[in-house]
Amino acid sequence: MKQNRRKFIKFAGAAAAALCVAPNVAKAASGGHAAPIMTNPKGLSAKRWAMVIDTTKLNTVEALQPLIDVCHKIHNVPNIDSNQDVKWLWPGSYEETFTEQLNPHLDDAVKGRAYALLCNHCDNPPCVRVCPTKATFKRPDGIVAMDYHRCIGCRYCMAGCPYGSRSFNFSEPREHFTEAELKELDPKFPTRMRGVVEKCNFCVERLAKGERPACVEASKGAMYFGDLSDPESEVRQVLRERFTLRRKPTAGTEPSVYYII
Amino acid sequence: MHYGGKIIIGLIIFIGLLLSPFAFNMGKAYKQPKLKLPAKEKKCVESLEFMRTKHMQLLDEWRDWALRDGKRVYVNHEGKEFEISLQNTCMDCHKNKADFCDKCHNDAGVSPYCWDCHIQPEGLK
Ligand code: HEC
Ligand code: HEC
Ligand code: HEC
Repeated sequence: MKQNRRKFIKFAGAAAAALCVAPNVAKAASGGHAAPIMTNPKGLSAKRWAMVIDTTKLNTVEALQPLIDVCHKIHNVPNIDSNQDVKWLWPGSYEETFTEQLNPHLDDAVKGRAYALLCNHCDNPPCVRVCPTKATFKRPDGIVAMDYHRCIGCRYCMAGCPYGSRSFNFSEPREHFTEAELKELDPKFPTRMRGVVEKCNFCVERLAKGERPACVEASKGAMYFGDLSDPESEVRQVLRERFTLRRKPTAGTEPSVYYII
Repeated sequence: MHYGGKIIIGLIIFIGLLLSPFAFNMGKAYKQPKLKLPAKEKKCVESLEFMRTKHMQLLDEWRDWALRDGKRVYVNHEGKEFEISLQNTCMDCHKNKADFCDKCHNDAGVSPYCWDCHIQPEGLK
């Protein structure tokens, strides 16, 4: 075959055009197969989940204990009596909670309260930014979730979190359950293992089935939960009516957990 | 040949040792492990062939779908729906991990690390 410059350029042009089209043709031919999955139609959804905690009602360690117990029970969180404890929900003093809103003559009642502390599910979460494996990530509904399967235990997220909301498993969590507790574990949820970080998950596994977070259910109306982007949601209503604070506003993390003072 | 006898005896011992595993297993056909299948159920999530060869890939996709995509319902090839869950779906039918998953895995020499966190239906001791 006689080659010349004109023919070569024509051929190259046609080949380039074919290359552009080929992947789409292949895709169209395969019928655009989508993953065979869907959300549970009974599940709860939102554009941005948020929680409001009424600290005028819920403000003692004793009142918080049942909520902590139910959270830690259904998520199989062990109780470790040392500074290596694992916490999803725990009580904090005013100084620990609102480090930036201190003043020496604060109302004793406000200062004396115990505050429910948990992951703030920030809009701008530093833990997500620093995670090298994307084991922690922000879901489209605002929940800062963890994929334990990808956690390599580097603990950057713990350094990144300004709220101390993350706990590291320094030892096998299963070794910290008593024999009786081992039999009582929630069979529907996994435990974790040594070397991974964990934290509150806003009960994603319950939301997926249409149930509200366990602490909210147990709070007897002292916690509100809903969609922050919906002006008519229960959280937006209560935020309009009551004075609330968020933790460490200057960190710029935009927490989704609000405290009624 | 220097030390000829010793070298040949040494070689014979060496080759004998090398072949001993084959001699040891000669005549024994591979027997598939006897699995304890769910009593009440007839069908798995997908076809038997698919499950036998691809259950690890399916589980791998399941955890990404449930946790990363937030979609926790799986629709199989017959249109039947299953909750995407290792503990609450797979192990709800396969209630006996020791006589099902483990039996096959021990035979194949695999030990999935899933059970470091996921709770087997037999419970923990
Ligand atoms: C609805 C009950 C049910 C559920 C849910 C279920 N299975 Fe099965 N599974 C079965 C039954 C019944 C069989 C035997 C099927 C047959 O003989 O055709 C089976 C077969 C299998 C086999 C093949 C066994 C063999 O003989 O080679 C594997 C592997 C398996 N299942 C794994 C799983 C995994 C992994 C899951 C979760 C993703 C799962 N199953 C969920 C009922 C179930
Ligand atoms: C028919 C035999 C058989 C049965 C029954 C079976 N498996 Fe497997 N499984 C295998 C084999 C073989 C492999 C290894 C495949 C490979 O390495 O390519 C495997 C691999 C796996 C893996 C991936 C392990 C890894 O380290 O990559 C997981 C997870 C798994 N199986 C889960 C299960 C669960 C859960 C059950 C019980 C519900 C089960 N399997 C029952 C044969 C079986
Ligand atoms: C470090 C602990 C850990 C290990 C190891 C682990 N998982 Fe998980 N897995 C979890 C946690 C925690 C969840 C979250 C449960 C939820 O949100 O409902 C989960 C969720 C899942 C889910 C989806 C939801 C559900 O209820 O099951 C699947 C599927 C799953 N894991 C499969 C596996 C398989 C297969 C392995 C082994 C190859 C494995 N996991 C190993 C901790 C672990």
